[in-house]
Amino acid sequence: MSAADIKTAGPEVSASRPPRGDGPAPSAPRRSRWTNGPLLPYLLIAPAVVALAAVFVWPLIKTVIMSFQDVGRRELWTGQAAEWVGFEQFTNILGDSEFYDVVWRTVLFMVVCVVSTLAIGLFLAHSMQRMTKAVRLLLTGALIAAWSLPLLVATSIFRWFADSDYGVANMVLTEYLGLDFQGHNWWLDPKQGFLMIGAVVVWGAVPFVTVTLYAALTQVPSELEEAAELDGAGRVGVFRYVTWPVIKPVFQMVATLSVIWDFNVFGQVFLMRGNKPEEEYNLLGLYSYEKAFESNSFSQGAAIALITVLLLSGVAVYYLRQLLKIGEVE
Amino acid sequence: MSDTTAPGATAPEFRPDRKKRSRHVYNLVGLVTFVVMAFPVYWLVVSALRPNNEIRSYDQKLWPNSITFDNFSRAIDAPNFGTAIQSSLIICVTAVLGAMVLSTIAAFAIGRFRFAGRKVFMIVLLVVQLLPPTAMLIPLYIQLNDLGAINEYWGVIIIYLVSTLPFATWMIRGFVVNIPLELEEAAMVDGCSRMGAFWRVIFPLLAPGLAAASIFSLINAWNEYLLAYIVLQDNDKYTLNVWLMNFTTSHGTDYGALMAASTMIAIPVVAFFMIVQKKMAAGLTSGAVKG
Repeated sequence: MSAADIKTAGPEVSASRPPRGDGPAPSAPRRSRWTNGPLLPYLLIAPAVVALAAVFVWPLIKTVIMSFQDVGRRELWTGQAAEWVGFEQFTNILGDSEFYDVVWRTVLFMVVCVVSTLAIGLFLAHSMQRMTKAVRLLLTGALIAAWSLPLLVATSIFRWFADSDYGVANMVLTEYLGLDFQGHNWWLDPKQGFLMIGAVVVWGAVPFVTVTLYAALTQVPSELEEAAELDGAGRVGVFRYVTWPVIKPVFQMVATLSVIWDFNVFGQVFLMRGNKPEEEYNLLGLYSYEKAFESNSFSQGAAIALITVLLLSGVAVYYLRQLLKIGEVE
Repeated sequence: MSDTTAPGATAPEFRPDRKKRSRHVYNLVGLVTFVVMAFPVYWLVVSALRPNNEIRSYDQKLWPNSITFDNFSRAIDAPNFGTAIQSSLIICVTAVLGAMVLSTIAAFAIGRFRFAGRKVFMIVLLVVQLLPPTAMLIPLYIQLNDLGAINEYWGVIIIYLVSTLPFATWMIRGFVVNIPLELEEAAMVDGCSRMGAFWRVIFPLLAPGLAAASIFSLINAWNEYLLAYIVLQDNDKYTLNVWLMNFTTSHGTDYGALMAASTMIAIPVVAFFMIVQKKMAAGLTSGAVKG
């Protein structure tokens, strides 16, 4: 139902109403200040605030506290107070060369995935505008089907692709491309392994990016593009000076979200490697998980998680500024 | 970005003479991408339906020679299939119902009132969605352990409920602000209390929004596996996703059954997703973040 339908359905009301929320509406029966006063909105958000505080804010504080303590298995099961160790967890982590390997790997993986996702997404969205309707509908259907598959299922399929004996990836590479991939194990070399993991990440992210950018591209007036072409702008020029300014806000939003998502990739690696990824496959999230739940050093895990949050906070601030700029938070 | 993916909407008209050939190129791009995007889905269904001797074959064929439901019956007969469905349903439905109640009243507050702290609350809703889930896992696990919620449904339910809360609140708010204030005021002029106006006027108009938001929340809860994997320890309490991991053992993976089970888990998600897909893209870029 559109707003217009609702408006005509409702009775006419004079425009001179007091601003909302400034006390009870004049003709409403007088109630106690709890149900009808300025406190009402606070009362309404209170349950959500309490819930968010319990499940997001307090754990975040707890992460900070824990990373300055030493919480291990014993503290967990006996409820014994954990010992305060100051910056020891951080000096341990920052003094471990594996940590830098993991950070580097995470950043590299994120950059490769984000750049390929955005490049493919933009190219596809651009192409979708120019293909015939039937092909576009077909493609949209495939994109949405891919988008809707649960991560767990998608990852299982790609793991099945990459199976060394019976995987279809080796079969296609061997039979159709004439390469020698018979019985090839994708996981021995982490570079190849990450290629497979990157494939499932990009495959899963492309639909959202394409569909969103396509929607943004349809907002570009085609008269403007044609006018620019008539005035002698090349394809690059048209994109640079006509298309890009229109889709820029959406593109930035999509890019920021992709950075955040791909930086936090966890499940794809975790599930591909049978719930116990090798050391060479650790990304930051997995590294933190491994320290906490495999090595039972919850404090080390928490400290790594805290570092991850700090690394990402810059991107998050940028994202929020974008949202505030386009006026979503009003 | 009000309306996403109207697939047939406003395709720019290009002069046919010069553009005709490039259109063929773009169609080819579209078809190739279609194959790449659809192939994993195709392979999931094909692998689920083909006999095991074709799955464990060194000579994989792209088309199945025969079709069988053996994989499905093996998946259904796997231990704890029934209890896994039950666990998933109990956890997801309870969490979503709870989330809808909390987020509707919160969304009503931020959509209808201007009050100090409103903007802060809205920003908090966005920020918490940006927190890495794995970073929250450790403190949540310890907290649940302290509360005695390990291996209990209610621990998982509470976490799922609150995790879907920010997205749902943001989405329902979008519907609240689109309901004209005059409607509510008219009801109050006619003698409704604020509560009465909400229940009789606002709530019915919110129903489509609530339906969409609960489907999102349901999909998110249904797809979660890590917290459930860590918190639920008894085989008969596993959710479907944790149960799915049982097909991978140290002896190898029963891919036929895994694909059949995956198909069964994916079908409700795909079906629900189709219903709300259009709003999904709009919601994601306009501040409700979680995918």
